[in-house]
Amino acid sequence: MDREPALTAGVDLAVRGLAKRFAGTHVLQGVDVTIQTGQAVALIGANGAGKSTLLRCCLRLIEPDAGDIQLLGREVRGMDSAALRGLRADVGFIFQKHNLVGRLSALSNVLHGAIGRTDFARAWFQSLAPKDLRAEAMACLDRVGLGDIATRRTDRLSGGQSQRVAIARALMQRPRLMFADEPVASLDPAAGEEVMALFLDLMRRQGLTLLFTSHDLAQAIAFADRVIALRSGRIVLDAPSASLDVAQLRALYN
Amino acid sequence: MHHSPPPRFEQPSLLAFAAWIALVLFFVSALAGTGASFGDLFSGMPQIIRLMGEMLPPSTNRIVPVAWALLETFQMALVGTVVGVILSVPLAVLATRHLSPHPVIYHGARTLIAFFRTVPDLVWALLFVVSVGLGPFAGVLAIIVDKLGFCGRFFAEAMEEVDRGPQEALSAIGARRSALVACAVLPAAMPSFVATSLFSLEKATRSSVVLGLVGAGGIGIELKVAMDLFNYDEASTIILAIFALVLVVERTSAWLRGRML
Repeated sequence: MDREPALTAGVDLAVRGLAKRFAGTHVLQGVDVTIQTGQAVALIGANGAGKSTLLRCCLRLIEPDAGDIQLLGREVRGMDSAALRGLRADVGFIFQKHNLVGRLSALSNVLHGAIGRTDFARAWFQSLAPKDLRAEAMACLDRVGLGDIATRRTDRLSGGQSQRVAIARALMQRPRLMFADEPVASLDPAAGEEVMALFLDLMRRQGLTLLFTSHDLAQAIAFADRVIALRSGRIVLDAPSASLDVAQLRALYN
Repeated sequence: MHHSPPPRFEQPSLLAFAAWIALVLFFVSALAGTGASFGDLFSGMPQIIRLMGEMLPPSTNRIVPVAWALLETFQMALVGTVVGVILSVPLAVLATRHLSPHPVIYHGARTLIAFFRTVPDLVWALLFVVSVGLGPFAGVLAIIVDKLGFCGRFFAEAMEEVDRGPQEALSAIGARRSALVACAVLPAAMPSFVATSLFSLEKATRSSVVLGLVGAGGIGIELKVAMDLFNYDEASTIILAIFALVLVVERTSAWLRGRML
């Protein structure tokens, strides 16, 4: 399944003039972003700068007010709900909180990653799932190092383990692109670093296009090819990470 | 800066004061209207004592038919509850704001559930006795409708309270609404569903006793016949049997709920 980063870079995400208001406040305005296939892009900015809203608007988990969004070559706005489900199935999304179904086992939660591409009855519970899907889900759990706790209920897992299960669930989607919204912000620093390293390593090895938000500026520079900074809903910086240092980025928060 | 303590009582508004006065006056008139009288209660005492005397010792004459009627009562409660609970799940999904396919369907389902709940089960039993005839099936139907009203409401509330995070995650994976309900909502709401269902089994056991009074099967008819024929010693046997059944069901359900949650 691993693939090399694309040599002839296509465009996975093209956003033009994106705007969103909540209760009269501009959360996003005039946002333009283009992300090439295989690129890893970090999105930084203070709380409320619009990072999470931008990610959610791209999948219409939040409906944008204006602008064009092309995701994986498909026009997102104006898509009917069936087409939208098909698109979402191709995009992994790691949330700040793992958002697992607590009463189900780790393996069942990973199986849910296949829900967008198959009949849900096949991906409902690990005990009822067909052989091929079980094996694939198990392989995803192994890739995040949790093959030994497949049957454990996820509300009995630590924060770091839970987020790794969430990553396995996203891998189960066989995604072409990955979004991550402060994926380790709810973890303690040690666990956060470990999970982030694992996550980014998996993304690199698969050559997946990645857009992630983070407050860890050093990490953003180290892991991303490019850094985009948002302030009050506008892009205030978009530069290759090689040209940036932490002090420069920290200044954007003031 | 030194503050003196606040007044002990807040001055009620004129409207609140008037409302309280009206409530007290209505209660006093209700006491008169229902003919509540300590005198009648006092003069009825010997009757009650005589009745108690006739009830004791409980008769074992009809113990076998009573036992069968008791079994039938529990069968009605069990079948009515299981079927009612199963039918309540889809109805409750339609009555859950964020899962209902359309606001019109949502309000329709809510109204239907409220209607099922507000009409007492005894009235449903009367209607079903007329339509399907005397016997336990009418009672089972009455219990099913009662469960739709009870479980429909509480299941919908449980699903509305479930953490939205996993639902958002599955939406982001491309899940349709049915998959959201099956994979994220039902597993999370399951403990609440089980607790509600066990409560409603207890409730159904108690009400299936009464349903017999209108001919909808179960032990209620045995009790009515015994009372009508002045066989108070048989009646006391039946009352004790009902007490034992309700107690066993309540204890078992409490134990199961304790284990489940």
